[in-house]
Amino acid sequence: MRWGFFVREALRGLRRSSAPALAALLTVLLTALVLGVFIPIVQATTGTANEVRDRVAVDVYVKESATQVEQAELKEALEATSNVRSVEFISKGEALARAQEKNPKAFKEGAALLGSNPLPASFRVRPEDPDELDEIVQRLAPGGQPQLAAIDEVRDREEDTDKILSATGLVKALTAGLAVLLVFASIALIANTIRLSIFARRREVEVMKLVGATNWFIRWPFVIEGVIVGFFAGLLAVLLLTIAKETFIDPLSERFELLAAPETIDFGLLVIVLMVACIAVSALGSGITLRRFLRV
Amino acid sequence: MGVLMATVRARPAAAGEESRRAPKTEVPVVEFRNVTKVYDGGSVAVDQVSMRIGRGEFVFLVGPTGCGKSTCIRLLQKELEPSKGEIAIAGRQLGEIPRSRVPYLRRNIGVVFQDYKLLPNRTVYDNVAYSLQVIGEGRQQIRRKVPDILRLVGLSTKLHNFPDELSGGEQQRVSIARAFVNHPPLLLADEPTGNLDPETSIGIMQLIYRINRTGTTVVVATHDKEMVDKMRRRVIELREGRIVRDEKSGLYRPDESTTEFAIRLRGELGVGVEGHPN
Repeated sequence: MRWGFFVREALRGLRRSSAPALAALLTVLLTALVLGVFIPIVQATTGTANEVRDRVAVDVYVKESATQVEQAELKEALEATSNVRSVEFISKGEALARAQEKNPKAFKEGAALLGSNPLPASFRVRPEDPDELDEIVQRLAPGGQPQLAAIDEVRDREEDTDKILSATGLVKALTAGLAVLLVFASIALIANTIRLSIFARRREVEVMKLVGATNWFIRWPFVIEGVIVGFFAGLLAVLLLTIAKETFIDPLSERFELLAAPETIDFGLLVIVLMVACIAVSALGSGITLRRFLRV
Repeated sequence: MGVLMATVRARPAAAGEESRRAPKTEVPVVEFRNVTKVYDGGSVAVDQVSMRIGRGEFVFLVGPTGCGKSTCIRLLQKELEPSKGEIAIAGRQLGEIPRSRVPYLRRNIGVVFQDYKLLPNRTVYDNVAYSLQVIGEGRQQIRRKVPDILRLVGLSTKLHNFPDELSGGEQQRVSIARAFVNHPPLLLADEPTGNLDPETSIGIMQLIYRINRTGTTVVVATHDKEMVDKMRRRVIELREGRIVRDEKSGLYRPDESTTEFAIRLRGELGVGVEGHPN
């Protein structure tokens, strides 16, 4: 009975002041659309950036003279080092094969010409945290002097690493900044629209208070209104996004494998996130904005 | 009239008698003790006001604009807090009522405003029903009580009109119906006739008097001194926030019927006898 009353009050409110409600709905809708496009983009860029960062590695070259046992010991020692995520052994043969793949012309005849494989076996050490790569290098070969007998040389491909780290760092910072900006803009916009629509009805709220209505008795219909507005805004946003996805993104990603490559949010999850965000923002916005008018 | 008598608590007959000897023995309905209200800007609205209003009394608060009448009314609803002094309603100190309990206080006080303060997007029926919905009254009860009270104020044909489709007098009747529908023991009216012509004003005053006759304590703030003098009820006159006159109602017959009341008032104010729709 009570809830039926609140819902009927909310519907009456929407019917009687449909213009501000529509404005609120549009703001929430636009924000949801922007968010719906922005979330996958942010994820794609950070995903790509992280992928690039994963390429950062330290190569530990093994001495030609090292025995099988020494190699095994070295591998264990490397794996035991802190901040090491994985250790990959690249034998002499593999090293040659990779080199040939990268630069076929130079190695096609070169290997035959030399008669033997000039490339050393190595361990590729990938760090847990690419930013702390130096630490690994320092541990394995402080001041360029290898700690273990089997190590010939430790190289971190300094220039590549630095470039990768600074470039991806910048991309990440930029997207994070944009996201924060967007969230602030959305909140300000939605708060303002909701405030306008409630401000238009502040007299009504005042009268309700004077008749002896409790705060929640007044607030519930407004919150339910917010839920309804948020729900429809979210629904519209999801609909538009689905249409856009089906007509533009899906055919594209079929043709270009590359676009689909980075891991992005599942569309179903995105829909849920958007709906919940719309409803929550709209309902909370109404409830909180009302507070100042309830102080009668 | 009969409807009202039937629905109100069973003490109307004694009301007149009680008001004559009211304040001495029992707890006053309204008590101001050295109340001072200074607004944030520093202007003093009410200055050291003390008064007692007994059960069933009909009291006018009079004085020129800005004398503190409205402030008194708003203090009684706990819409404002006094800067100094204490206010009690039926022995309950307002200062001790926490904010969350204020709505429950207000449910026991009917209020009528100069600008009616009706909810613009609700029909007459819904406006009155709202103050019952607020106290959690059941649908059956609402369906029974609202038409009753609207018949009492003479608006049974306008149930489904919106406030902006009514005349000022009709809107004020709706607002009185809303204030009285759950039969509060205290009715406050802030310039209830301020926007109305003399004939309509008499109708409104008659209605308020009728409510008073059921045993409800009534406090009316008004600047219409002429009307007040003619009505011969207790008058508390304020000037610049101080009480300058408190005439304890010597002249009037407290058991005067509403019709006699209206006829006398019309005669004394020199208004025609068209009568209101009731």
